Amino acid sequence: MTLRLSSDAMRLVIPALSLTLLLAAVFWLQPRAMSYVGLNLLFNLAVPIALATIAQMLVMAVNDLDLSMGTFVSFIACVTATFLRDAPVTGVLILVGAIATYAGLGVVIHLRNLPSIVVTLGMSFVWGGLGVLLLPAPGGQSPDWVRWLMTVKPPLAPMAIVASIIIAVVAHLVVMRSSLGVLIRGIGGNPRSVERAGWSIVAARGAAYGLAGVFAVLAGIALVGLTTSADANIALRYTLLSIAGVILGGGEFIGGRVSPIGAVIGALTLTLAGSFLSFLRISADWQIGAQGAILIIVLAFRLMLNRVEKREKGR
Amino acid sequence: MDGIQKAVIAVDGAKVSFGAVKALDGVTLRVMPGECVGLVGHNGAGKSTIVSVINGGLTPQAGSVASDDERLERYGINAARARGVRCVFQELSLCPNLSIVENTRIMHRDLGGFGWRTRAQKIIEQSLDTVFPGHSIGSSRAVGDLSIAERQMVEIAMAFSDAGIAPRLVILDEPTSSLDASLARQMLDHVRRFVAAGGSVIFISHILHEILETSDRIIVMKDGRVVAERPAHGFDHHGLVEAMGTVAKEGTGQRLSREQAAAPPILSHQAEGLSFKAHEGEIIGLAGLAGHGQTELLLALHAAQSGNWRPERDPLVTFVAGDRRLNGVFELWSILRNFSIASLGDLSRRGLILAKEEETKGADWKRRIEIRTPDLHNRILSLSGGNQQKVLFARALATRAPIVLMDDPMRGVDVGTKQEVYKIIREEAARGRTFVWYSTEMDEVRLCDRVYVFREGRIMDELAADAVNETNIITASFSGVPA
Repeated sequence: MTLRLSSDAMRLVIPALSLTLLLAAVFWLQPRAMSYVGLNLLFNLAVPIALATIAQMLVMAVNDLDLSMGTFVSFIACVTATFLRDAPVTGVLILVGAIATYAGLGVVIHLRNLPSIVVTLGMSFVWGGLGVLLLPAPGGQSPDWVRWLMTVKPPLAPMAIVASIIIAVVAHLVVMRSSLGVLIRGIGGNPRSVERAGWSIVAARGAAYGLAGVFAVLAGIALVGLTTSADANIALRYTLLSIAGVILGGGEFIGGRVSPIGAVIGALTLTLAGSFLSFLRISADWQIGAQGAILIIVLAFRLMLNRVEKREKGR
Repeated sequence: MDGIQKAVIAVDGAKVSFGAVKALDGVTLRVMPGECVGLVGHNGAGKSTIVSVINGGLTPQAGSVASDDERLERYGINAARARGVRCVFQELSLCPNLSIVENTRIMHRDLGGFGWRTRAQKIIEQSLDTVFPGHSIGSSRAVGDLSIAERQMVEIAMAFSDAGIAPRLVILDEPTSSLDASLARQMLDHVRRFVAAGGSVIFISHILHEILETSDRIIVMKDGRVVAERPAHGFDHHGLVEAMGTVAKEGTGQRLSREQAAAPPILSHQAEGLSFKAHEGEIIGLAGLAGHGQTELLLALHAAQSGNWRPERDPLVTFVAGDRRLNGVFELWSILRNFSIASLGDLSRRGLILAKEEETKGADWKRRIEIRTPDLHNRILSLSGGNQQKVLFARALATRAPIVLMDDPMRGVDVGTKQEVYKIIREEAARGRTFVWYSTEMDEVRLCDRVYVFREGRIMDELAADAVNETNIITASFSGVPA
């Protein structure tokens, strides 16, 4: 009975467990990581990834997939490192326009009944092209306030941890607790029933994409705050990282089953996996493969647990 | 009270056609306050379409909808809901990934604002307690974790729940199809209470005695038209069936008494309680209250007889699923593909499908069980529910497997189709096929040669030949329960 009550909590067990395990392994390999500075170094690149993962999760909540996440975050990074610093008003307008475009994509995808994969794949070239137009070569500089925000040293816990917790809490409130979040997940679960209750699916889908745009914009800004300059290709791997993060965090491709807290943990796990492999002194050639292996192990573990859960339910 | 009551909803001369198919051909229907209208008809008679018109999901191409004597020009889902029209659909219309409380939020648009969870929880729990007193459904559970019966209970409770706009007209489309007798009783009692308090109900069911005893007035539809409309006491079971224009005959459940016990069983299973055995050519019924282990036995039988990794060359068992949307049809495939998927092994050579033979076999079965479609290449969802179920039957029967497992496959299928399928089952059984048939309907269980009655996951009783009757089954189903 207790198992039944917490099917959402069950979803979080594996991501939390794998993060703890990885963290323990890293601490064992490199005890000096167990400090304020060490933790910040381990996790600060996770902040933009976590934001991008939340963005991807919102799109996945309505049964879609965003393949333009990487180039979009790169584009936003370019805007942040150029316009947002030199001409803040124009910069903000561009960012707002980008978010509106995202919402518009959601509307178009719904109205024309297009596959999101195709539309976002197409858009990824558009964002990529815009990024190159802005910054043909790596450069630009992050606005001072962004830099300050990403390097601030809060008491007790390093910025990376505090930021991750804030992201998780905010995303949880929006996606799991608010009416809009319920509506968005409802569309993923059974669009007909949402429609029959008299909601506008177009508006809700647009809102889901718009929200995803907001989080992706934040990801781009956070990334520039860490790297201080930008490049049109700076975040290309975010597309796959964000998808992996959502899945790792207990989300599913279809059915509106997502978990914001899990997604943030998934992003942290993915970042940590990279550091863990470096600590193991695995050569860079093998790191991508080894990262893939970690992903497969975690997912296999999750499948096993799903099976156990099903058997417990006895259905 | 001004003497003449105004109709909650009055549909006048509604015409709807999908392409060449006339789904509604000038239907006029009025529902008065404090009245339960029974709506019956063959599959494809237009019941679902008229329901869609009333709940605003579909605008008729001709005709009008009026409410409280006020003609509504722009009638849509929101207008319908604002007038208190609610609907329980035949298939699942909740979001399985959301909790019951969250589903309540979706159903009631004006529930928003801070603290909606508490409000939604109160509303749905109150409604569940009223309709199904003594239920044990926690409102924080995800709908996907509930059993089919529990989901249906939640849907029914959802339709009767009141969040600002009180329900005035509740449309129940096959509400009892997944409920066992006692839950169905609770629901029907609630319908009567609701009607007595001035509410209106449109009640659609294939279980005719439910319609007869619950409705005040019965409307019979056929081919998109209303063919009969009378107070409920003006009909009896036979009259209703006749009005629907089907060829159902009473007493078709005559069993041939055959001597089978001597032959060795071709299938046996040691379940809890009595052991299960099946002989060649037998029709075996699994009865008892819904959800008491019948499906589990079928799944166990199937698992025991089929390999985990490689498909068997000559499978012993084949399965007809009950929840056809969940695990029956391939929604994106054509009727033919849906039909042939189980027998592709026989229809292919060197890994390639023999398209000709597939066509021939499909056409053959289309004729044999009368799948009503102009073209087998149409999508499976273009068929009505009953015809989809026929395709699933054809899929199973077209295999060479000598044993057919059936998981309450007749849920929501009209009487005429049922009779056709019963006939096929009897024919196939006479040829030596064995059927293991879980059914929640007494009429079907009575067709079986031998019946195992389940209670709480155990086989409580075995009834054979003339002992298969309603009294015995009910006695066994409730044995060991303090009344």
